[in-house]
Amino acid sequence: MSGDAILEIRDLKVSFRVRRAGRKYQVQAVDGASLSLAEGEVLGIVGESGCGKTTVGRSIVGLVQPDSGAISFRGGEMIGAGGTKLREMRLNVRMVFQDPYASLNPRRTIGDAVAEAGDINGFFKSRAERSAAISATLTAVGLDPSFAARYPYELSGGQRQRVGIARAILPTPSIVIADEPVSALDVSVQAQVLNLMMDLREELRLSMLFISHDLGVIGQISSRVAVMYMGRIVEQAATRAVLDQPLHPYTRALVAAIPKPDPTKRILGAIETGEPPSLFKRPPGCAYAARCPLASDRCLVDVPQLRPAGTDGRAVACHNV
Amino acid sequence: MRHDGAILWLKPFVARPIALAGLGILLATVLAAAFAHWLAPYDPYAIDPMIRLTPPNAAHWFGTDQFGRDTLSRVIQSARMALLIGSGVVVFALATGVPIGVLSALFPRLGHVLMRMVDVLMAFPALLLALGLIVILGPSVANAILAIGVGYMTTTTRIVYGLTLRLRAETYVEASRSMGAGTLWLIGKHILPNLVSPLLVQASFVFAFAQLGAASLDFLGLGAPPEIPSWGNMLAESRTFITRAPWLLFFPGMMIVATAFSLNLVGDALRDRLDPRFRQVFGEKG
Repeated sequence: MSGDAILEIRDLKVSFRVRRAGRKYQVQAVDGASLSLAEGEVLGIVGESGCGKTTVGRSIVGLVQPDSGAISFRGGEMIGAGGTKLREMRLNVRMVFQDPYASLNPRRTIGDAVAEAGDINGFFKSRAERSAAISATLTAVGLDPSFAARYPYELSGGQRQRVGIARAILPTPSIVIADEPVSALDVSVQAQVLNLMMDLREELRLSMLFISHDLGVIGQISSRVAVMYMGRIVEQAATRAVLDQPLHPYTRALVAAIPKPDPTKRILGAIETGEPPSLFKRPPGCAYAARCPLASDRCLVDVPQLRPAGTDGRAVACHNV
Repeated sequence: MRHDGAILWLKPFVARPIALAGLGILLATVLAAAFAHWLAPYDPYAIDPMIRLTPPNAAHWFGTDQFGRDTLSRVIQSARMALLIGSGVVVFALATGVPIGVLSALFPRLGHVLMRMVDVLMAFPALLLALGLIVILGPSVANAILAIGVGYMTTTTRIVYGLTLRLRAETYVEASRSMGAGTLWLIGKHILPNLVSPLLVQASFVFAFAQLGAASLDFLGLGAPPEIPSWGNMLAESRTFITRAPWLLFFPGMMIVATAFSLNLVGDALRDRLDPRFRQVFGEKG
């Protein structure tokens, strides 16, 4: 898997300093996450709110500065890169944001939004080339080219998210990082946008990092899944394997929470209780121990490391499976 | 925000007659200043001791002053100084407040220093600050603009600073950064365009308060030189005649009140137009 990896993240750590009631805290949002994204693959990152999945995505596009770790794109290190090398990476690794209402400037036209990456990086050689590219990209995401002259408030949520996707594919990147791209949309629109992303992935040969809290959505689009909990990856495997036979107790809880058409087929006994521990006070052992039905004494003191489990590059971080 | 809707801009005014009245007064003042030479029935500087201190009559609608000069002509001529000071102060406040506020918000270290300096200036009452500066700089029209402008530079900076802090965290700004945008790009394409509407509102209030500030300075003899007609100067010159010739104070005083009040009305209407919470009322999509 790592041989033809287009994006490789090793031992990424990101922390935020937070001031609360006059005291300074350090929140470890990502605590040593490692991932690799193969050329053409869709890797899903799943986990609950605050688990650090978004921070991983934001680190890759340079919106947050990691404390340590490495992020390499086609073998070239991204952290600390500059000049033309950084520019090439910025154009090649692009992000689709969660909230289609907040992610478009109300004062700029749809065309300006779609062309922004090209404009910033001097990609277009002429006005004609620019407007042709905008039209083509809008068409590719299923919008009429006449949308280029419109303003965001004239568009629906689904249309806006199509614009958000269009913005991420002009000029065509190698990797798209989609951060909860459908969670702000109606269910009927979700399916359309997901289908659009699948089609574009195929057409443009994109590799994709698909971040979501919804295993159901991840199951539809991604071939491999990384499950995150409290800043760490607790399980990594092919999507089918995770859905059919989750190993880590947290993954089991997530899979059990997917709504089933037939309620009698739900996996019982894996419903978790309680909430994740405070990010301000990380427990010394496994972060999941307090909620885990399998927790043993060892889990309270010893942090489980990701270790290979079975075939197909599957890995799990748990002492008891 | 639509760019093709002059009608939409007028809506809050039409919906509120008093705001429309404000706009009317403002427009009248601008016209008076622009066409003072044609509108004024007499030369505002012509002295005629024979008719000094005449009460309002058919020939001199606003009466005459202690030198026999026509008050109406002087009131009209004064509109020029009022608009000059007002627009001068607005330009100064925006030209200083916008860059300081934007840069302070984008560069927190710089912002810490600059915003504390702004806080110190804000601790002085605007008029006291203006008086102090005039004492240092000496009275002149340009210095009056500067002295009053410094007071409103601080409030403009505060507003711009707060708005930029909020804009900086917007997802579309992050999207832009994630595609490699530099600071100049963010300021030019994302921050400034979003500051235009709130600054328009701020400008109208600054303009209004500059009128009051200028009148105060003039009245104290620290604003425009006494030979230039201005409403404040007119009040200062004729204050000793308040019992004998009250019209000398009434008309310029009314003009100060009317312009400041109308600008406030216009500012209110603009704010309502631009505040999304009010926008639904005027029938535009959020």
